[in-house]
Formats: sequence, structure tokens, C-alpha cells
Amino acid sequence: MSDKVYMTPNPPTPNKGQKFDPILCNGCNSCVEVCPTDVMMPNPEQEKPPIVLYPEECWFCGACIEECGTGALSMAHPLSQNISVNWQRKETGAYFRLGMKNPPLPNRRPPSGGNR
Amino acid sequence: MTTWNEYVEQRGTLPEWPYPIRYGQESEIAADVLIVGGGVAGCHAAISAARQGAKVVIAETGHVKRSGSGGAGVDHWHGACMNPCSKVTPLDYTVAVMESAHGYSNGMARYITCTEGWDTLLECEGMGVQIRDVHDEFKGADFRDDQTKLMFAYDYKNRHIVRIWGYNLKQCLYYEMKRLGIGMYNRTVVTSLLTEGARQGGRVVGATGVNMRTGEFYIFKSKATIIASGGGGRLFSFAPEMTAAGAMSTMNSAGTGHAVGWDAGAEFVLMEQTGPGRLSGFGYAPYSMGNTSNTYHGTSIVDANGKEVPWFDPYGRELKTVEERFLPTPEQKFHLGIGIGLYSYADQYRANDLARDLTDRIRKGEFQLPLYADLTRLSELERRCIFGMMVGNEGKTRIPIYDTLTKAGFDPDKDLLQAPVMLPEGYQHSNFWGGTPIPHLRSLAGGGFLVDWDLRTSLEGLYAAGTSPVFGAGCHGESHTMGRYAARKAAAYAATSAEPVVDRKQVEAEKARAYRPIKQNKNGVGWKELNYAIARVMQDYCGKYKNERTLNRGLSLLNELKENEGATAYAANPHELGRTMECFSLITLGEMVMHASLARKCSSVYLDFYRLDYPQMDPPEWERHLPMRQEDGRVEVRELPLDFHLKTPYASTYEENYERHAH
Repeated sequence: MSDKVYMTPNPPTPNKGQKFDPILCNGCNSCVEVCPTDVMMPNPEQEKPPIVLYPEECWFCGACIEECGTGALSMAHPLSQNISVNWQRKETGAYFRLGMKNPPLPNRRPPSGGNR
Repeated sequence: MTTWNEYVEQRGTLPEWPYPIRYGQESEIAADVLIVGGGVAGCHAAISAARQGAKVVIAETGHVKRSGSGGAGVDHWHGACMNPCSKVTPLDYTVAVMESAHGYSNGMARYITCTEGWDTLLECEGMGVQIRDVHDEFKGADFRDDQTKLMFAYDYKNRHIVRIWGYNLKQCLYYEMKRLGIGMYNRTVVTSLLTEGARQGGRVVGATGVNMRTGEFYIFKSKATIIASGGGGRLFSFAPEMTAAGAMSTMNSAGTGHAVGWDAGAEFVLMEQTGPGRLSGFGYAPYSMGNTSNTYHGTSIVDANGKEVPWFDPYGRELKTVEERFLPTPEQKFHLGIGIGLYSYADQYRANDLARDLTDRIRKGEFQLPLYADLTRLSELERRCIFGMMVGNEGKTRIPIYDTLTKAGFDPDKDLLQAPVMLPEGYQHSNFWGGTPIPHLRSLAGGGFLVDWDLRTSLEGLYAAGTSPVFGAGCHGESHTMGRYAARKAAAYAATSAEPVVDRKQVEAEKARAYRPIKQNKNGVGWKELNYAIARVMQDYCGKYKNERTLNRGLSLLNELKENEGATAYAANPHELGRTMECFSLITLGEMVMHASLARKCSSVYLDFYRLDYPQMDPPEWERHLPMRQEDGRVEVRELPLDFHLKTPYASTYEENYERHAH
């Protein structure tokens, strides 16, 4: 990241739909291939994560994450969604939400069915 | 910032378009059966036609592997009346739907999908979809049959709606399509149908399309064509930055099939029926918040003090137990269930629900917000089924809801999932995550191609399949089943039909129209701004309350968008080109809704349709279909009885019509 400040348009909204781990991503572009709305474009550089060109066309279906073979890709809902999904622990009355600081331990129970 | 910004800042240059640009290049593709739209209807149609021996080609805007409203999963299959545990016959079901809709539905499609829906589901099982509790996770549950291991939704007594593990259903269809060698043209926006002699109303002999990655032009030549392109999600509402995550349909939902069919001269019905803005996308991600509808049906709802909201049967009697929520009352035949493209229910088929006066009781302070979904009040098996099986397989839930929430620590065994906090009116429908209804954001509902008992449209060689292309049809499972059925008919027609002849002049004209956006001045309006304007016109001039003047004004304004700003709209790359062409389809779709609205000179509770200049509610002389089509630059409207499908030239019973047409 350079110290210079540039003229750039407002940050795309939403823009956290796809998060690539640069170490795990090998630029296979399986996610690019399968996206229903062609949100991502192959990076001009080989083995680099795709460029998210149309973040606002993202349907948040998770197809790209399911397709990713290395676990490099994760999804975050738009902030307006994260701030809304709240739950409360019955026992303690404590509140939780998606994307909170110091989140609780994950619930590791897999979904039902054969492919978990 | 995004990876695009990072790239530009580090390189100091814009990345070039990553795909070869092929503007103007043509590819001619011949097929026996062309399928427009690769959602579940189109894919099942492709498989069905290929199994009949037809050479099949499918054109899809996204990628067939995950595209369409059903592409991200499904958790239950409606109308599986022929499953071994079902106590509902296809006739029972069809009568129930037609009665609930007061005749404004499609008896043919309902009867066909109920008769063949179970077989179609078995085909999905054969392709690798889990439709039974093969791992015995739910042994002993009141929604499970121990012998067949089938599990049921909504009505545990009559067992005609099957719960399925459909998160990967689309992939299973896709792999079967690959195995069958079906020609798949992904990233393709269909821009027109080609007709014999270029005549509006002539036999459909193919289609044109543009590739959204390369910009090349496709000329499909086909003996038979099936429209399976879904609905028009972008018509009344367009604000993707805010709605895409909450929307039930993707950005590709632009009414393409309707528009190209209308331009080709096909007949449509019920386009004047629209729905209230309950699933506008301005709510929350589907199934992400506490509620008790659909996938969550039966979930207990409590208020901020833990006070439970009571459940009632359709006759106003309070239910005493959780188990009762999934059972019909003695006076009822069976529950139809939610999400089958029905906008009203006759009491004897309506499911149990929360107190109907919940909104009032909130206003009066009896229930304190926020409300919560308390899954701990359900049996362990029901709880696990709802959150773990249904949420986990339903569309957009495996990663976005199940994975995301559990990784963040949510545990349905211990936690209360908050419902959205919204205006009291928002709780009128127990599908809370839809958000407060937004009254001026209507949605398409029930309108589509007028089809016959072969699911053939009014045009020779053109068939329709799926929710929305087929008028008055159901949802996910029904879409598969319609695709499968229509494809049999399309393949049979293709096997004996004359060779299609494509009119080169029609192709040239369409090609010029399709490339116009890339030839414009760069200052031309962009596709998104054009789409916002179309939605604006629809919201204002084609809202819940209409009159002749405002409808005609709306038509003029849509035409202005087409001839004026639309004509100079600029597309900087093939993606924008495809999206711009979709905008033209949306304009056509909007015109269709306005024309249909002009034709119905009365108001109707059943169609949620109100004419300020014709306020009379459902007068008997207007209780009919009003098929409309284009001919020689005019819109022609005629009348058809609501039960036309049981009158000459058809037989008078559903069973007999099915016997005559199905095989």
C-alpha cells in the first residue's frame, strides 16, 4: 500500500462478499467459472485471486465458496445484514450478532445429510 | 477497497477485459430443441429432451451449474402427490389450488406437476440428490416414514410435500447434462426469438443471443424451443447494492423469456396480476432471521419477555401443542403449504399460523418487541430438521445461513434467533425476514405464456416451462416437472417437424439492435441507471392502484426510455452489453403488464388488482382470462373462460386430458 492518496470513487457497496486468502488461493478461477452473475474476473496475473468487478451483482448464494477447492474463499454478508442477525443465549441473556468483536466459539455441528 | 482497487493502485493501469472480444462475430448453432434459460426447469427439460434422443442446446445467462432461483439449493418439493405415503391425489390438489385462487391459476400445470412430480423427484434421486433420510438422522420423527425414509413438510398427516436435501441439486442436474452431451451456452443473454418468414406469430425456429463475456452473437436454429427463463425480478424494484443479498432471484432475472415471446407474437395471460412488496429484497437475507414461515414453519415465536405467540387453525381455534401445527383440522382435507405461487387460500387448505391479529396485539403492547424464534421449544428432531436440514439445504442457506451462523457461534439448541424489528404491519405475514412490506414495490405474480395441455404456447414450436414462464404454476419441484413434461412434447414435435429456416433479414435486424449499445457515445446512460428508471415508471404508473390515463402515460414513458435514453445507452464491455439488452427486455415486460392492466376493466381481490376508474370488485362478467398478444403493431385481447382447459377442444376432466396429452 502506497502512502499517496488517490482519487477513487466511493468504496463499492457491498464489498466484502468475497474474501480471498492470498496464500491459499492458487488462481484456479473455479469461483469465477461458476458464479451465476459473473461477479468476478480472472486476474491478469497468473495464480492470483480473481478481481471482484461487480460486487453489487453478488447474490450471496455461496456457490463460489462451495466451489473453491482450497478453502481460500470466504463470504461475509453486507454490514447491514450482519448488524441485523442477532441472537440471544437463553441461559445467560447475552446478545450476539454476526461479525461481532470477540465472537463466541463456533458451533461445529455440520448440517444434516451425507456431504458435510 | 476491493481487489479491483488494489490492482489499479498497484499497477497504475486499468486491467484489460480478460476474455477475447468478439463483437460482431457470429456462431450458428443448430439443435432439435433449444432451451432458453438454464434454471431447474430448463435443466430438467434439457435432460428430458436428450433422453428422448433430441439434440439439445441450452442458453443460460449465468452458468448452468448454479444458475436460477433454484440453483442455490432447495429444501422441499411440493405436490409430490404420487409418493407412496401421500393421501392427496393430483385431482384433490388441483381442485384445492383452483378453488383457493378462485380459478385464477393453471389447472393443467398443477395437475401435470402433481401427477409427474414424484417421478421427477425420483429422477433427481437417480442423479445423486438425497431425498430420503438415508443416514437415519430423524428416526422416530412425526414427519418421517420409517419404511421409505421420506420426510414431509407442512402437513404430516397427508404427506404430499417432501423434505429433501437439495443443496447440491443443481450440480447433480449439471453433471447429468454433461454426461448426456448437452450443448451448454453459458453467459448468454437471449435477445430475440426467430420466427418463420420473420412473421410475428409464425412458427418459432430459433433465437439470437449475445455472450456476456466475449460479446459474440449467437444464432440458434432449432426445431422446437422451450422458454424456461424464470421471472422478472428487476422490473418493479432495482437497488442491487441493498437488495441483492436479500433477493430470492438473481440479477439475471429480467423477464427475457417473456419479452422475446411477446415480440414473437405469443399469447399471455394474468400479466395484470402482481403481488404486494413482501419479498422486495429490502428485507433480510432469506431465512437469516427469526420467523415461522416456509422453511421455519412451525417454529415457536416468543416476545422479548419470553411470552409465546399463540398458534391458531384457520377457523380461529388456538392450538395447544406444537405437534398440532403440522396437522390439518378435522374439517380440512389437507394443507397446501406455502410457496406454490398461490396468493390466497381457501380455509380448508390453509396451513396453521400465528395469531392473525398479532400486529394489533403488538401495537397494544401485549407482545413486546423484539420477537424471537425459539427453536428450543420444538422437539429435538423438529429443531434439527428446521435448522440443520431445511436451513442448510434451502436456497442460499448452506453457506450464507447455516455455515455463517454456526461459525459465528449460533446454536439452535441454546439460542433465540431474533426476528427483524419492524413496523407492526410487518408481522402480518409470518415470513418476518421479508421485512416490512413496501407497498409501491409490486412483483410479478402468476402471469405468463398461455399454454395448452402440452405446455405449448400459442406459437408453433414454442413451449414453456417453470414458474413464471408458465402462467399460474408452482415453484421449485413444479418447475422441474414442467421442464421434463414440456421437453417430451418439444422433442416429439422436433422429431417430425419440418427443417427450421432462419430469415437472414430478421437476424440482421436483431444483430444491429443487439450491438447498438456498444456503438453509442460513452456519455450515454449506463444500464443500471436505465434499470432504475424502468423500475421507477413501474412503481409509479403500474402500482397497486391503476387507471387508464396513468397506465397509458406509463406506456408512453416506457416507450420514451426505449426510444430515447435507451437508444443511446452505452455499454463499455460485453457484460454491460448483456445487462443493457436485459433492460430492453424489462421495458417490454413492463409494457406487457400495463397492457394487461388496461385490458381488465374492473378490480379484483383475487388478482390484488385495483382500477380506480373501474372500482367494481370481481364482477362475474370479468371472471375470465384475457389472453393478449401482439399482431401487426397492435395489442389484441380476447376472452377465455377460467376453466378453458376443461372445455372444448379439451376433455372435460383432468384425468382424461392428462391421458390424452401426457404420452
